[in-house]
Amino acid sequence: MSHISPTIWQFLVKWLTNFALFPPEASKIAPQMDALFFFMVLVSLIGLTAVVLLVVSFSILYSKKRHPVAVQIEGSTLLEATWTIIPLGLFMVMFVWGALIYFRVYTPPANAMNIYVVGKQWMWKAEHPGGQHEINSLHVPVGHAVQLTLISEDVFHSFSIPAFRVKREAIPGRYTTVWFEATTPGTYHLFCTQYCGTEHSHMIGDVVVLSEEDYRKWLASSTSGNSLAQNGERLFASLSCAACHNARPDARGPSLANVYGSRLALSTGGTVIADDAYLRESILNPSQHITQGYAPIMPTYQGQVSEEGVIALVEYIRHLDSDYRVQQTTNTTDLLPESEGKAAPAAQAPARNGTVKP
Amino acid sequence: MNNNNNTIVDLPDQATARIPQPNFISKENGLMSWLLTGDHKRIAILYLISITFFFFIGGALAGLIRLELLTPQADLMATDTYNKVFTMHGIIMIFLFLVPSVPATLGNFLIPMMIGAKDLALPKVNLLSWYLYMAGGILALYAMMTGGVDTGWTFTTPLSTHYVNTNVITTGFAIFVAGFSSIFTGLNFIVTIHKMRAPGMTWFRLPLFVWAHYAASILMVLGTPVLAIAIVLVMLERAFGIGVFDPAKGGDPLLFQHLFWFYSHPAVYIMILPGMGVISEVISTFSRKRVFGYTAVAFSSVAIAVFGFFVWAHHMFIMGISNYAVLVFSLLTMLVAVPSAIKIFNWAFTLYKGSITFETPMLYAFGFMGLFTIGGMTGVFLGASGTDIHLTETYFIVAHFHFVMVGGMLMAFLAGIHFWWPKITGRMYPEKISQLAAVVTFIGFNLTFFPQFILGVLGMPRRYASYPPEFQVLNVFSTAGATILGVGYLLPVLYLIWSLKYGAIAGNNPWQATGLEWQTQSPPLTENFTVMPVMDHEAYDYEWLESQKAKEVASAG
Repeated sequence: MSHISPTIWQFLVKWLTNFALFPPEASKIAPQMDALFFFMVLVSLIGLTAVVLLVVSFSILYSKKRHPVAVQIEGSTLLEATWTIIPLGLFMVMFVWGALIYFRVYTPPANAMNIYVVGKQWMWKAEHPGGQHEINSLHVPVGHAVQLTLISEDVFHSFSIPAFRVKREAIPGRYTTVWFEATTPGTYHLFCTQYCGTEHSHMIGDVVVLSEEDYRKWLASSTSGNSLAQNGERLFASLSCAACHNARPDARGPSLANVYGSRLALSTGGTVIADDAYLRESILNPSQHITQGYAPIMPTYQGQVSEEGVIALVEYIRHLDSDYRVQQTTNTTDLLPESEGKAAPAAQAPARNGTVKP
Repeated sequence: MNNNNNTIVDLPDQATARIPQPNFISKENGLMSWLLTGDHKRIAILYLISITFFFFIGGALAGLIRLELLTPQADLMATDTYNKVFTMHGIIMIFLFLVPSVPATLGNFLIPMMIGAKDLALPKVNLLSWYLYMAGGILALYAMMTGGVDTGWTFTTPLSTHYVNTNVITTGFAIFVAGFSSIFTGLNFIVTIHKMRAPGMTWFRLPLFVWAHYAASILMVLGTPVLAIAIVLVMLERAFGIGVFDPAKGGDPLLFQHLFWFYSHPAVYIMILPGMGVISEVISTFSRKRVFGYTAVAFSSVAIAVFGFFVWAHHMFIMGISNYAVLVFSLLTMLVAVPSAIKIFNWAFTLYKGSITFETPMLYAFGFMGLFTIGGMTGVFLGASGTDIHLTETYFIVAHFHFVMVGGMLMAFLAGIHFWWPKITGRMYPEKISQLAAVVTFIGFNLTFFPQFILGVLGMPRRYASYPPEFQVLNVFSTAGATILGVGYLLPVLYLIWSLKYGAIAGNNPWQATGLEWQTQSPPLTENFTVMPVMDHEAYDYEWLESQKAKEVASAG
């Protein structure tokens, strides 16, 4: 190979060592999905071989040279029924098998750890419950069910981790979820797969799967001091939410303690489960969702709170299991001048040992 | 009678043969005689020239895409430029080439002849649809040259309505206008097939080409208006902020996805069904046999058209629609795959005990069968909701629809163009070089698009101007294949133009095919037939054809 220039040679070597044919299987669902994938590959190969064999063998057997006069055949109900029913049967197997996997990917287990992910042009921002922020990367522990709750601040994005075989669109105005359980420590690709404008192809990052111990180290070294819920509490105070949602007998808004996950009666007569999506809606679009017994007086916070802010508020409310802390916050707001719209200084609402679980 | 064992081509004696005069081409001269014509055959030629023009623009854009992807970095062009290039590639290829390709050219030319009519039912509407097509096409080119558009051909909201600042409205309007061309063509075909069949031409004596176009026409007429509505809403939202798709105003961006795919999935069948019609004609002719299970093939076209309307949400499996909606749409998607499987096997069995020859149209038809089988099967990977999660929005999707649209539809289009070229022009194309072109196309196609399946499985997202370096090897293969494919597409343009002057005189029926269009002179008269044909036999009745020949010989001798 002496006649190949060393530059080209190096290039070829680099090229071929960088050559991938199948993505790593790094989550619990990956081998299950690949099993179906290879079943489909097998069926496709058999189907394709059948078609090619038929076409080639008939072309040889019945070429004009060998078979100068065609024999007219109308058709055959039996044969046609065969190639209707066999593909239909195989497709039904794939349908059921596929649906089982689909439901698994989008039905998180109850004990899954939740991480919020906000997509915006052109980055991914992850909000961990412990208050850790990340941009264009996601650190997760091995062997734990992790649920992602996704939302977009602007256009459609799609959060794709090929090594985990999971993907979910991040959509403006609504939460979507997906979950996975990583099985192998390592660094994997994170892609935005829904075309989102100029820098779409740079909206990529790394998913880092860490061992239990490394993950704990990472959590400790990346924390900002406050948990996500505590950030939410600050925001709750600075927006004076507690002026109404204070659980006093004369409160103008409903108490929020233990509200997460409960069934609420609405003024329209219906009921609704207070989940993430509902809480988000009632912050941004309050007049649409009035709890029974309250007046529609809450102003909208659309444009005042970012999606991350809403997430922090939701996380705060999710962990709020008594009215005590809210009333503490109320007291601090009461100390402020009555002028509206003036945000409470964050330092006045420190969360050290309240009832908010970190 | 031709006794050569390798071909069925039966040409008149070249020493004495002349192109019959008058014919629809020579009857009138001058540009205005073409621009104001009502003749379906002349309009078909206008379409053929214009879609070929747009095909090569779309193809050049595809070449730019492949060149950019030769290296992992975005180095040939800026990402914004790349986004505009793939957007315009998609818009031109889908709305200005694939949708009108077979129906507006071959369908326009052949449907009246196949059913024994003088013209389409509404000749002026037919001309109008060409003008609408040209208006849409020119507007799209204008939008491209004055800054382009970078929404992707899918116009996803809110990206298209609020975030990009390119020519969305102009391009949207171009598609809106071109859409009416498609609606009018479909309407014209439906009316013609219902009302203008010759005596004796019952529904089950229609060539399968006509059945396929009938099914596609229903899709055009019922589906395209929904696209028009969706596009108008995008334009209104962009211009006036009406808020239908804007969550901040109580709208829903997923609504746009529903509206858009309600047309754009059936549009896939608008594109492929006419191609399937071509394949039925070609395979029957070159194996000298009636299509195996005529009724099943005819009804499978209708079944595809009907089921095709109820699968649109399979484009939205990962967008957070209800899991139960996913179940229903996945099931229906599986059902729509079955009629396609039926067609493939019926075509394969048409060859059984036939007397097969391998002229160019037949080679393209074989190419279609292989590539469409792969394209169809990979569609099932995406229709199964579980595997869709991993494969959707990656190069697997790109490879899948190029196998169906390029491997399937473009192969069928080329099969049809070669097959009916002697009828349209009165002259044969050169056989050897066109067989070579068919083989080159097949090889180039596989090299271009097969590596993209592997890229998709690896997770490479579509619409990326740059990508991680480990994907480069496969991308280089793909770009190399695209170069070969480009040669495969340029060749026919060259030799078909050559054949207009130097091709052998074809005579009425060089392939000895059974369709009514072959029982008249080539190129045909403006009126198509000298006497109104009477259909007294089934479609693809080769024994009838033999007896006709025997009669001619008897009367001449």
